[in-house]
Amino acid sequence: MKRLLAIVRAQLRASAAMALQYRLDFVVEGLLALLWIGVTLVPVLVVFGTREQVAGWTFPEMLLVLGWFVALKGFLEGAISPSLTNVVEHVRKGTLDFVLLKPVDSQLLVSLAKIEPWRILDIFGALAIFTYAFRKLGHHPTFFHVLLALGLLFAALLVLYSISILVVSIAFFAGRVDNLLYLFQSVFDIARWPTSIFRGGLAIVFTYVLPLALMTTYPALALLGRLSAATALGALASTLVFAAFARIVWRLSIRRYTSASS
Amino acid sequence: MRAALKAYPQLLKTGFAEAVAYRAEFLIWMFATNMPLVMLALWSAVARGGPVGPYSQRGFAAYYLASLLTRLLTGSWVVWEMTMEIRQGTLALRLLRPIHPLLAYSAENLAAVPLRGIIAIPVVSFMLYGIRGELAQHASSWLLLGPALLGSWLLTFLVMALIGTMGLWFESAGSLFDAWLGISSVLSGYLIPLDLFPAAVRKIALVLPFRFLLSFPVELVLGKASGLHALQLLATQWGYCGVALIATHFVWRAGLKRYAAYGG
Repeated sequence: MKRLLAIVRAQLRASAAMALQYRLDFVVEGLLALLWIGVTLVPVLVVFGTREQVAGWTFPEMLLVLGWFVALKGFLEGAISPSLTNVVEHVRKGTLDFVLLKPVDSQLLVSLAKIEPWRILDIFGALAIFTYAFRKLGHHPTFFHVLLALGLLFAALLVLYSISILVVSIAFFAGRVDNLLYLFQSVFDIARWPTSIFRGGLAIVFTYVLPLALMTTYPALALLGRLSAATALGALASTLVFAAFARIVWRLSIRRYTSASS
Repeated sequence: MRAALKAYPQLLKTGFAEAVAYRAEFLIWMFATNMPLVMLALWSAVARGGPVGPYSQRGFAAYYLASLLTRLLTGSWVVWEMTMEIRQGTLALRLLRPIHPLLAYSAENLAAVPLRGIIAIPVVSFMLYGIRGELAQHASSWLLLGPALLGSWLLTFLVMALIGTMGLWFESAGSLFDAWLGISSVLSGYLIPLDLFPAAVRKIALVLPFRFLLSFPVELVLGKASGLHALQLLATQWGYCGVALIATHFVWRAGLKRYAAYGG
């Protein structure tokens, strides 16, 4: 366990140092992250210029959902995708050999290979959105509700990560699918709206099949104190099962890996 | 120039064959264009309680389906390819060929349009047929749609080529384009119909070039622009194309002098 933590720390330090070499990028990409937060907010501002409530959500409540969305998107595009995109490249070129040869768990190694530290601005942006939303709501979330929301955030991150691992595992079976992860990133855009936006079949899909909307709706409900502890625990438990499933699929997938002649 | 024109059909054919060869990836790129549908989900929930401005639920469906189709038919990727080739030095290979690199890029990007059309037009048209009451009734709108789509494609391509060419000066041209993309997704009507913006913003958005990347063909499909007014808009669009073409030409010529083709 201690060794694992040391490896995680070393990997993170290496990838952060790599990213920090490009200082101008840091500023430019940081500004871009802020611009995109603004772009995310525009539709909601326009919508609530015409309505008091949409699908049972008021403006500040909807901002909470968006805040979680911004934070999760930052994590997905700043920490998960950059590393896992490399895996597809490794599989195609046969360079995954170098990862598999190391006496460390391969999933751990590939998951921490590359990060984009400037996406931390998304987290700050999300915090700013939360602060504004709660000022509009006129009350603070209780400590317990914040704790519950953080628990659900952890669950959401784990689900995001597990889905990404599953998507990347496809690369071991089908050859040229470099952009599958990109597809998932764009599908994740659906998570910017609360689940109650959707009706009929779509509502079922985004709640149970591809629980995207839950990732942002549940933490927002938790902050508002409208989510029961039982639902939260259920969500956490199913998340752990899902993560274990992704882990098994990864293990089976690397067994299929045949390297490439080079 | 004549040699280039003679080579162009063959380049288009090669590009089409390439798109067919990588059809799995090609399809995935198409599916990844889902923002209009994400926005439609929000607005149709909003319009459940009654129409918003001129848009009912069906009106929003028509708007976002038309904008999805427009985006699929007018999309390019040249800026990513150019910045990568400049950085890796492989642009040198293109410079060796007896055809202008920008012309070759345009053939590659244009060649993807027919395959996207073959897949997207039947599906989207089928859905639009269900709400045909929301579509343009004037023949003039439909007649101008072809040139307007071509103009949108050209303007999209030229802006990408212009910013991609700036990669000859600085490395972060890709980031510059990202910023353009963010601003343009708001002001081109990609996220929200322009007529739902507050009057002050709308006035500006209607004259900026962003509108002619996407909103203009959609306005034609919905019958919001027809007759003489539509013709004026088309002229403006092609005017913007002309400006972008001239700008790209000069930036390219100046940039090439500094190009050192490192690596490769």
